[in-house]
Amino acid sequence: MGTIDITMIWAVIIAFGVVMYVLMDGFDLGVGVLFPFAPDERSRDTMMNSVAPVWDGNETWLVLGGAGLLGAFPRVYSVLLPALYIGVFLLLAGLIFRGVAFEFRFKAQRSRYLWNWAFAGGSTVAAFAQGAVVGAYIQGFNTVDGVYAGGALDWLTPFTVLTGVGLLLGYALLGTNWLILKTEGELQEWAYRLSPRLLAAVLVVFAIIGVWTPLVDDMVRERWFGNLSTIWILPALTLAAAGVLYRAVRRRQEGVPFVATMAVFVFTYLSLLVSKWPYVVPPAFTFREAASAPESQLFLLIGVLFVIPIVLTYTAWTYWVFRGKVSADAGYH
Amino acid sequence: MELDPLLLSRIQFAFVVSFHAIFPVFTIGLASYIAVLEGLFYRTEDPVWARLSGFWSRVFAVVFGMGVVSGIVMSFQFGTNWSNFSQATANFMGPVLSYEVVTAFFLEAAFLGVLLFGRNKVPPGTHLFAAVMVALGTFISSFWILSANSWMQTPAGVELRDGVFHVTAWGEAIFNPSFWYRFFHMALASFLTGGFVVTGVSAYYLLRGHDVPANRRALSMTLWLLLFIAPGQLLVGDLHGLMTLEHQPTKVAAMEGNWEREAGAPMLLFALPDQQAQDNAIEVGIPNLASLILTHDWNGEVPGVSEVPRDEQPPVAIVFWSFRVMVGLGLLMIGFAFWGAWLRWKGRLYDARGYLQGLRLMALAPFLAVLAGWFTTEIGRAPWLVYGVMTQAEGVTPSLTGGMALFSLIGYVLVYAVVFVSGGYYLTRVVHQGISEESEDESDRPKRPLSAAHTPFDEDTARAGR
Ligand code: HDD
Ligand code: HEM
Ligand code: HEM
Repeated sequence: MGTIDITMIWAVIIAFGVVMYVLMDGFDLGVGVLFPFAPDERSRDTMMNSVAPVWDGNETWLVLGGAGLLGAFPRVYSVLLPALYIGVFLLLAGLIFRGVAFEFRFKAQRSRYLWNWAFAGGSTVAAFAQGAVVGAYIQGFNTVDGVYAGGALDWLTPFTVLTGVGLLLGYALLGTNWLILKTEGELQEWAYRLSPRLLAAVLVVFAIIGVWTPLVDDMVRERWFGNLSTIWILPALTLAAAGVLYRAVRRRQEGVPFVATMAVFVFTYLSLLVSKWPYVVPPAFTFREAASAPESQLFLLIGVLFVIPIVLTYTAWTYWVFRGKVSADAGYH
Repeated sequence: MELDPLLLSRIQFAFVVSFHAIFPVFTIGLASYIAVLEGLFYRTEDPVWARLSGFWSRVFAVVFGMGVVSGIVMSFQFGTNWSNFSQATANFMGPVLSYEVVTAFFLEAAFLGVLLFGRNKVPPGTHLFAAVMVALGTFISSFWILSANSWMQTPAGVELRDGVFHVTAWGEAIFNPSFWYRFFHMALASFLTGGFVVTGVSAYYLLRGHDVPANRRALSMTLWLLLFIAPGQLLVGDLHGLMTLEHQPTKVAAMEGNWEREAGAPMLLFALPDQQAQDNAIEVGIPNLASLILTHDWNGEVPGVSEVPRDEQPPVAIVFWSFRVMVGLGLLMIGFAFWGAWLRWKGRLYDARGYLQGLRLMALAPFLAVLAGWFTTEIGRAPWLVYGVMTQAEGVTPSLTGGMALFSLIGYVLVYAVVFVSGGYYLTRVVHQGISEESEDESDRPKRPLSAAHTPFDEDTARAGR
């Protein structure tokens, strides 16, 4: 290998893209998941307004991830997508429905309830499908000669249903704490009450997943229990973040709960990464074996390194412009 | 009947990409038009230009939104349904398709918001600059995607090692032999699409007497444009065909409905190609004309479909007829452009009701021509995915079953039906509402395309258009 390890850079970029996507689209999907349970229609207006300016910027990370995978790790792209065929379809259909709902709900009067359902349903399906994808990834994929060789519904098992529900709850938690940050009055009070309950549910599901995974997966067991290593700091940090979150909600703090939830997500995500590293298509391919040719990775890297800072700056700027509390009727007519 | 995953995947791909394609062709053309309007406004400060630009930006926002939604699906299609193809071509297709997305982001992130929401927030020069950058961005986007497609038609600059393409020369691969023809043909097609929609809508407003000064100008300037690019498309299309004759002779044979290689081939106006019999059931044509067009020689040789084995032949009837639909519509467009010039010369352009009615209908023509063109190109390439190297059957996802493919196909059709019906319905409302000096959006939402349009979605709050 030369002086710079491009494949490693790409692994970092993709991992970073995934975590950006999960954190950012996570809270706006979560707001969609919570939609049917909102106290009233006015709260729904507020909820939607709180994410309206930022959601599609958040989704761009997904598209960048999809295209980036094809460019940098085609083996991941060409095994995962066929394996998750039905799930990917559900994910895309969910995202399309909620995307259209964002635009038309505010402009609709009589048909508004339909768009409410499109928004809530689309968000819920998309969140569940993403969680199931995570579960399927932990399970691993049946490949022969580098090509997916399993069936259409291999990804759908009790385990992946559990991870699906787990992410659904997790996104709902992110959404709740986002609402604490962005709203006030009755809606905020509602979110304060909901947050600890969701947190409890999330921790229970995460705990079950945490026990289940090493039981079904030798590699994961080996990694965590083989020799007690420093990686145990990650679950400990997850729990610590959960504690901070709980306390902050009790004390009616506004910003800390959301940041703490993000921390819960990041530490869980890192735990997952170290469980499987360096495999990206478990159990057969490491990230090096899944990579495209170095000259292709280099060619693409130039453009991506140029664009990511722009996207980040722009994202930061958007959040800055829309900082502060939202109300039910700001921002639309 | 067995469900064939390959056939279903082809239908699905054709469906989602055709659906996707109609939005970008329109937005590419429209973006340039808006940039021109902004330029005129900047120079003259005449509010008519700002009014037109504002109106067309609202339309642009809705169409762009639908383009983005359907485009997201496209970037996953290659993996779900054509995974072997993805794996084999990723070294080239991956970077190129990613560059398309990356440019689209760049444009969207940096400039679209300013164009749609910034009229009163940024200086006029900056607004103009944003409009130009958006227009430029749409071209860069199509540059990459057409490079990818052209490479599949006329692969170059790569080497096949162990079933995987490796790029040996980026320049040759990106600027492969058919690229520039396709790029210019498509660019003109986008201008024709934008142009005929603008003239169609302006004609409709003139017929209703709505904002006459603005619509007269829109009609007049756009007809000037069409007068040059409609014939220009014929020229580029002809050169495109000559290139195809060199690289994909079987496709040209199918376009001409010519089964046996022959000298002095006729140009068929009507035929019923019969794949089984490898002949045409009926044909009506003009002697020697095909040879003349394709070889520029009265007795030049034109290739025949039967020269290649049956399993390497495209379905001739579809290619033959799609090609005729495209060229027929192209000639019709030239006709309308000239008719308009003649009316203008006679000074009757704005009151020729028959002509204005005709223009209204012509707004649909470019969309049909674009789809027919793509059908010619893509179906004429069958059975190859990467021409001469990889067939569709080799590229399809091996684990895909007919049931899965049918499920997703029906699903996409249903989802798109909802998107299309709501979007189309909403667009007609925007057009009905008409051009107005509507206040700019105060909501400060830089990102959400459709929000730039304030027309209500359903009747309760809408007033019948003016
Ligand atoms: C980057 C690649 C690419 C691009 C830009 C396009 N296509 Fe394509 N098209 C393909 C890559 C492709 C493909 C992957 O190669 C397909 C899928 C299956 C096949 O036979 O070729 C295909 C098939 C395909 C078919 C079916 C052909 C058949 O029956 O075998 C149609 C009708 C179209 N396309 C139409 C279009 C339209 C309207 C486009 C306008 C944007 C377009 N294509 C752009
Ligand atoms: C297989 C073919 C194609 C794929 C995979 C594809 C993919 C995409 C994706 C993912 C987007 C959305 C980007 C975003 O989120 O902003 C997009 C938008 C766009 N695409 Fe495509 N596309 C294809 C065909 C085409 C063709 C043939 C053209 C034009 C010649 C085109 C031009 C555009 C443009 C200009 C946009 C910007 C959005 C818009 O104007 O609606 N695409 N495409
Ligand atoms: C007026 C005469 C025209 C001629 C002679 C012509 C010629 C051609 C040819 C030969 C091809 C196939 C190239 C190949 O597959 O290698 C093609 C494709 C195509 N045409 Fe046309 N064309 C004409 C008009 C139009 C018009 C008016 C439109 C749309 C407004 C259009 C849109 C397209 C598109 C979208 C394609 C597929 C993309 C491509 O391969 O460039 N064409 N045309």
